[in-house]
Amino acid sequence: MDLKIASAEATSEEKNAVDSLLGVAPETSQGGERNLAGHRVARGGESLRSLRHMLLPTLHAINDRIGWLSRGAINYISQRLDIAPADIYGVATFYALFDTNERPARQVHVCIDLACRAMSGCKEDSIPTGAIASPCLGVCERAPAVLVIETGVTPRYEVLAPATTSEIVDLVAGKSAGAEKEISAAVPQAPDASLVLLSRIGRVNPLSIDDYIASNGFVALRRAIDIGAEQVIAEVTASGLVGRGGAAFPTGRKWSAVAGQPVKTRYLICNADESEPGTFKDRVLMEGDPFALVEAMTIAAFATGCQHGWIYLRGEYPRALKNLTNAVEVARSRSMLGENILGSGFSFDITIFRGAGAYICGEETAIFNSIEGYRGEPRNKPPFPVEVGLFGKPTVVNNVETLMNVLPIIQNSGEKYATWGTTGSKGKKLFCISGAVNQPGVYEVTFGATLRELIKLAGGMKTGSQLQAVLLGGAAGGFVGPQDLDLELTLEAARAAGTTLGSGVILVFDQSVDMIDQLQRIAAFFRDESCGQCVPCRVGTVRQQEALARLVKSSGTKSASVDLQLLRDLGQVMRDASICGLGQTAHNAIDSALTRLKVFSA
Amino acid sequence: MTTQITTGLQVRRSVELTIDGQKVSALEGSTLLDACRASGKEIPTLCYGDTITPKNACRVCMVELEGSRTLVPSCSRKVEAGMVVNTDNERTSHSRKLVLELLGSSVDLSLTKNVARWNDGYGAQPSRFGAPSFHHDDRDEAVTGHHHAPNGKTAETVHQPVKVDNSLYIRDYSKCILCYQCVDACGEQWQNTFAITTAGRGFDARISTEFAVDLTDSACVYCGNCIQVCPTGALMFTSEYEMRKDGTWNEPEQTQTDTICPYCGVGCALTLHVQDNTIVKVTSPSDHYVTHGNLCIKGRFGFQHVQNRTSD
Repeated sequence: MDLKIASAEATSEEKNAVDSLLGVAPETSQGGERNLAGHRVARGGESLRSLRHMLLPTLHAINDRIGWLSRGAINYISQRLDIAPADIYGVATFYALFDTNERPARQVHVCIDLACRAMSGCKEDSIPTGAIASPCLGVCERAPAVLVIETGVTPRYEVLAPATTSEIVDLVAGKSAGAEKEISAAVPQAPDASLVLLSRIGRVNPLSIDDYIASNGFVALRRAIDIGAEQVIAEVTASGLVGRGGAAFPTGRKWSAVAGQPVKTRYLICNADESEPGTFKDRVLMEGDPFALVEAMTIAAFATGCQHGWIYLRGEYPRALKNLTNAVEVARSRSMLGENILGSGFSFDITIFRGAGAYICGEETAIFNSIEGYRGEPRNKPPFPVEVGLFGKPTVVNNVETLMNVLPIIQNSGEKYATWGTTGSKGKKLFCISGAVNQPGVYEVTFGATLRELIKLAGGMKTGSQLQAVLLGGAAGGFVGPQDLDLELTLEAARAAGTTLGSGVILVFDQSVDMIDQLQRIAAFFRDESCGQCVPCRVGTVRQQEALARLVKSSGTKSASVDLQLLRDLGQVMRDASICGLGQTAHNAIDSALTRLKVFSA
Repeated sequence: MTTQITTGLQVRRSVELTIDGQKVSALEGSTLLDACRASGKEIPTLCYGDTITPKNACRVCMVELEGSRTLVPSCSRKVEAGMVVNTDNERTSHSRKLVLELLGSSVDLSLTKNVARWNDGYGAQPSRFGAPSFHHDDRDEAVTGHHHAPNGKTAETVHQPVKVDNSLYIRDYSKCILCYQCVDACGEQWQNTFAITTAGRGFDARISTEFAVDLTDSACVYCGNCIQVCPTGALMFTSEYEMRKDGTWNEPEQTQTDTICPYCGVGCALTLHVQDNTIVKVTSPSDHYVTHGNLCIKGRFGFQHVQNRTSD
């Protein structure tokens, strides 16, 4: 490939940002130099293109330093990584945190998503001038949330939640958000050593490996190495653990499938791209117990024979990034990561990979494309990731909470773990409760609690609040009404009731919330977050939003029944014919609102 | 029962599957679309091209595979022994109808082959989503993750002005269904030029050069291989575009003559499209073993000398 690069040149600041990541450029990174025989020597090609996975980190490096991606900057990346400028432009414009137009160094992202708009009325057109409307920032327990990004030599990422309008105005004007609330504020049950997944929150310093070790840290890893890879998988299979990201796939089966692959180069990905509106459990786990994630990933890699792991962390989680970065570095320095872990002969390392504002990158095959430096578009399945995943190799993809459950399974036994819960739902589950309850936050329960019990656990409804509806499982989940309070929150009961637990969202709406506004936001969310690859989702999400906008005006009239039929038709084609789970679930919540909540019924 | 068929040095087994209740056999490695077409089923396709690995983005070729939660794209799903496939039931018809409606309501499909017939066959009515909106001409400026809120009346379209920035071909993205074939032909599947990409996301996704610069400022080498694979007329010879605008384009009157490109020793096959004794465009047969439909700027556009008449 001959690169044709236009004349725009990177500034020295942009070059420095890239060089700080990729090293200083060789004098001629492209062919051009001649050797003694007068022949041109190429210094590009395959060796540069094999660095394509550095593309997103490089775009981040420039964005963190400069705040936006200029033509010159993209041309410079093009030379350094041997990727055509158009190709880089396609990747850069895929992600909402990047901009290819000049913008101020300081951006104030105000969450206008479900929990924040229900609790504070933060909407696209009501946020202060200069602030940017943002999809769910994953701080729903302290709604409304604001993320401030200030780029520069030392880029700053700050979260303020809850934020008042005047505080947002101050943030736009340049005021600091100050120290973020302590992590344990998101876990009303904390501190409680008897908890299984949240036991260290508020009790153990998340930055100290010694404190972690003193509270049972690395016990599971030692036991895993003792009992061997096969037995680890046997324990996980016996535990009945299923994925906690929303799809509920049996973890043991996934691990066995990868462990049984003839290809020996294998990868592990921890899916930490938590972006489902209303979900914040993974954020709390990563901020509050980062060493546990490192340990759990190491066990997963040991069991399945993976040599390298990635944490695909959503770009909007600065404290999780900080605490995980510390955990990975410290664990490496103490031989808990890297070569020959604990003298076992097993080697494994972790790269933290930042997302850049794309809900779709929580889809497992979209993660592969994103890490590999391509647009985060989902791939066609089959082949499945356990056979052909990241860089074409067998890949385990597990959600953060799923991995965290591996520790109690290995510390005790799969059998013991399976005694918790119900016949169809084993173990401990985290729920993200937000909205009109007294103590919103992440709650740990044994599978089997009812919705009523969960709301009670969160301190019950706020004074003066009456329950109008609950959103289970996030935007891709479904609404239930006050008549469903005795629903047992297990996989089997949710399925039987025609709803889903999804990622564990329990978003509680009281009578003050405009449910039609919530539906319109859900439709807008899917429209914004569709990758655009397949027609049912790319156009269907737009038509769904338009039909809702018409219904707002025509509810109860004859034309409303036409639009209601349109919505059902759209729902079916999105569910049947979309490439991935985003399009397949983009109608779920709206469908449930029409059927269960009778929204738009005359 | 499986039989072995030897093709060249490869041994490909044939597998048996059931399509619409009929037992059929197909070669291992072939697709459901191949198997359906071999057994005489008509499956509509839009983003599928015979020289490009399908992106399976349009989703018009979906068929029902028993045991699969969703429909599957026949253009890319490989056959497996024992598959039970339904190509023509309520579910597949609904899916195709809706895909045709979604595309028809957002994209100008006036030059896309077969669409009118399929719309009739599947009862697709693109107009039921509302009157098309032509208001947002600024698709190249779309901000990722943000959009214009719907007005409760019109149906948004991908309409934007035709891009005429060079003398050889035009880009009319109002006709683009985002099949990715031009990007793949320009990039890794054929030309390795990477002048164009898919930019943006969701409904705002569009084919673009870097920073939406004119082709003349891009890496384009004017091979025209993107025009060759474009199924909707979004990419078009300027000659064809001008004649269509003037109302003089008359495809039934045109002749097609296969010949060999005179410029170099590769021997690319050309098909000259001639109207009124004038070459109006050049394509290349996609099944030709040398070119697979690909040409360079000389073969594709360098035909003026043929008709540079002395009297001019």
